[in-house]
This record gives sequence, structure tokens and C-alpha cells, in this order.
Amino acid sequence: MLIRQPSDVLPSEITPEAVWQSRRRWLKQAALGSAALGLARVPDALAADAPDLAPLPGTPNPKYVVMDQQTSYKDITNYNNYYEFGLDKADPAEYAGKLVTRPWTVSVEGEVAKPRTFGIDELLKLAPMEDRVYRLRCVEAWSMVIPWVGYSLSALLKQVEPTGNAKYVEFVSVVQKETMPGVSSSVLDWPYIEGLRMDEAMHPLAMLVFGLYGKVLPNQDGAPLRVAVPWKYGFKSGKSLVKIRLVEKQPATAWVKAASNEYGFYANVNPDVPHPRWSQATERRIGDSGGFFAPKRKTLMFNGYGEQVASMYAGMDLRANY
Amino acid sequence: MAELTQAPVARRKLDVRAVGRIKPFLFALGLLPFLRWVWLGFHDGLTANPIEFLTLSSGTWTLVCLLVTLGITPLRRLTNQPALVRVRRMCGLFTFFYACMHFLTWAWWDQDWVLSSMIADVKHRPFILVGFTAFVLLSLLALTSPQAAMRAMGRNWQRLHRVIYVIGVLVILHFWWIRAGKNNFEDPIIYGSVLIALLGWRVAERLRRRPASEQIKPAARSQTAQRG
Repeated sequence: MLIRQPSDVLPSEITPEAVWQSRRRWLKQAALGSAALGLARVPDALAADAPDLAPLPGTPNPKYVVMDQQTSYKDITNYNNYYEFGLDKADPAEYAGKLVTRPWTVSVEGEVAKPRTFGIDELLKLAPMEDRVYRLRCVEAWSMVIPWVGYSLSALLKQVEPTGNAKYVEFVSVVQKETMPGVSSSVLDWPYIEGLRMDEAMHPLAMLVFGLYGKVLPNQDGAPLRVAVPWKYGFKSGKSLVKIRLVEKQPATAWVKAASNEYGFYANVNPDVPHPRWSQATERRIGDSGGFFAPKRKTLMFNGYGEQVASMYAGMDLRANY
Repeated sequence: MAELTQAPVARRKLDVRAVGRIKPFLFALGLLPFLRWVWLGFHDGLTANPIEFLTLSSGTWTLVCLLVTLGITPLRRLTNQPALVRVRRMCGLFTFFYACMHFLTWAWWDQDWVLSSMIADVKHRPFILVGFTAFVLLSLLALTSPQAAMRAMGRNWQRLHRVIYVIGVLVILHFWWIRAGKNNFEDPIIYGSVLIALLGWRVAERLRRRPASEQIKPAARSQTAQRG
């Protein structure tokens, strides 16, 4: 089938400085007036407001920076799907504080020549930290633009030397019964399992994330490390990883086990394949500067990363492999 | 005649005027969820995704108002305060008000008033179809709620307004389906149980009254039926 390949950032999407400066002035004025009516949200301070989190500086990698306006730190850290802490979007921010993130090890095993358990400090030094700004598109039809800190997942996978049998990568998230009130619920099987095909995991865009907005990850966003796979729906990006297994067979992932008619293994962002209960053609950008009345945005094929990733799916029926 | 069929209760019966005095308070109470949204809007309390919040919240309050409306008749009977029927319409109209808010979040913010997209959504998604059907039926009840419509329709008014039971079932089904994707049925089970209790009470009441009604003269029977 034909796969559209929109370029990452269309020239038309980049706003000239004079225009965005004047927009900001206008927004500030408009916000003052309309905030009183509760119609528009005053843009929050964008940067990290987390004095207790250690800085985690990275070097900007311009190859992986989208130009869209970044979602505020407040929204990124208060509107989360992390069901181990509860089903409500506000639960992770409320309960994740107790998560024990040190000491922390990640065991990388399976079809590899050199299985190994890495301590978190080793992983922090394994490759140079990069600042990347990725779009995040949730399967629930909302999206964010997030400045992550980390490096390509492939840097870690190369360390353990995958064998020829390694066809898939399975990500296992932590289960801490004492700190995670949500794991008593039967919504999903715990631990949370996600997975990628080997070529997807080795793609430079697939990122191992340690930080957000120049600081270490807050717990509710998957501390101390998670993956970010920006061309797939958010649930593919497992949080608080404790094990990475390289396997021959496609892993049985959490959402596929829970509702295979609604969530597939590939879960590539695709505006043409609707979820059974809603369309995926458009998305709501969280904290959209247009306020309440901002129209939803058109969802881009592969979340706008088609140029980089579409070739991996050449010849594949993306309707069947949703 | 009616007095004879009911147990003598010492409690003072509210008259129509007394119930009338409750109404302004009930009206204010019914507006509280709406005022809460406005307050949250002022105080940055509508979460990072205000549309989603308002969609879920308006849906929940529609269901709460619906269950309160369906609770009026059992309450009248169990407390022997038939005059309470005077607040039922207001409860029903608040149900409709929150249903309109819920419909708006969908038609306006989710569908952007694009008719073709709305039709496609209703056609392709059973849970939307069920919710939309409930809304259309509820609109019919709201339209025919004035005293004048009641008089003009005669017995047909009550026949039409029994559709409220169907709406109740559709609304629970709609709620159940949206939660099905996450196997998160706690709330639908709670609200569904209340609905079952309220409808079950009516079935039990009908079964209990049937043998008795054979001894009541037709005039009295029609009187009891009107309390439905």
C-alpha cells in the first residue's frame, strides 16, 4: 500500500519570528480579558518548575527537534497515563512521589551475546545526553510536544550484541506493590509489557529517556528511565523500565492482551485507521495556545515522522497491522 | 377512596405550596455543577484537557440528574408525599440541560459542527449511536414537558414519557461501552445498580398493585396510574 511521507516540519509550519512575537503579545492581552471568562487558558510558565529534581543537561540534537510550541512542564507532569498509579490522569502526579527510583538496575537479556545488568548510573554515562523535542500522540486523541533528554535506544542495545534470533524487543516496567496503588486493579496485567520490532528499536528516533526539560524525569513521567517512540501512540513507550528482553517471538503486550480489537502491536500513529470508539484523524493539543476554542489539529501519518520511519513498513497493510 | 388504599400515616403531608417553596433551592442545587465548572475555569482547575474534563463531567451529571428524576416517584410513594411530583419536571429539565452540555462538547469541540463527520460518528460507533439516541429521546420529553403539552396530549403524554426508562438503559449502556476499552466498570456498575433498583421498584410495585387493583373501581385505578 501507499505510505504517505510528509516531511518532518513543513516550511509553512515554521512561524516567522515577527509573527510569533506579535501573537504572543496579542495572546497576553487576550488572555487577560478572556481568562476572566474562563475561555482561554493563560499559557503556563513552560520550563521545569521542580527544584527537587537534579539537572540533566543535554546537547541539543537539531535533527530531532520539532518546531511546534512545547507543552508546558506543568501539563506534561500533571496529565499522565501511568495506570500503576491509578486510572485518573491526575493520579500519577499525586501518587508517584513514593516510587523508589534508587538503587535501580535494568537487566538486558534474551537473544544477546552479552546479557548484562546495568546500574542507572552506568546508563546515564553510556552515551552523550541529547536534548530532543518530540511530538507525543496519545491513542486517546490528545497530543503534546515534549523536550526529552536521553539518547538513542540503539546505543544500549548494541552493548549487549543481539544475536540473529533477536527479532523483537520487550520492555518490562517496574511493579512496586507498596508504592503503586494502581497495580491492585485488574485493568491490565502487571507488569506492564511493551514491545518493538528489532528494526524499530534500532531506529535512531527510538529514544531512551532519562530527563525532561533539562532535569531528571519526574516519577510520573517514567523515572528513572523510559522509552519514547514518537511515531507510535504513547502507550508503546514503556515507563520506569527494569528489564529489556530481546526475543524471537512478538511479545504479548499489555494493551493487546487487554483489548486486541482496540489496540494493536504496531500502534503506529495513523489518521486513517480509527479506534473503534473514536476517530484518529484529529487530535487535541494539550495546552493549545488557542485556548478552549482552538480547533483540533489534523493528525499526521506516523505522527509526522513518516520521512524517517515509513520505509520500515513498506508493503505492510497498516489497516490489518494497526 | 384513595385514602382507603393507603396506610394511614401520621406525618403531615406537604401541600403544593410547600413543595413550591422547595423549588428555588432545588433550582440552585441543580445549577451547582455548572457553577463549579465556571469556578474551575477561573481557577485553572479544568485539568490539562478541559474539553475531556467537561465531556466526562457533563455526562456524569446528566446521569445523576436522570437517576434523581427517576427517584422522585419512589420517594413520593415511600414517604407518602404525592405533592413531590411538582419537582419532577425540574429534575427532568436539569437532566436535559446537562445532556445538552454533554452533546455540545461532542458536536462543537469534538466534531467542530461538521455535519458529515457527526453523521459518520453516529453511524460507525455504537456507543455514540446509543448516546445520540438517548439525547434525541430526551429532547422529545423536554419539548413536551410544558403543562400545555401535557394537557394537549392527554393519555399519550404519559405513554411518551415512559420512554424515560428506555433512556435510562441507553445511558448506562453508553457509559458502559466507553469504559469497556479499559475494563473499568466500577462507576457504570454503581450507576447501573441504582437504575436497576429504581426500575425494579416500579416492576415490584406494579406486581404488588395488580391483585389489589382488581378490587378498585376503574376511577381509582386511573388515579393510581397517573402517579406512575
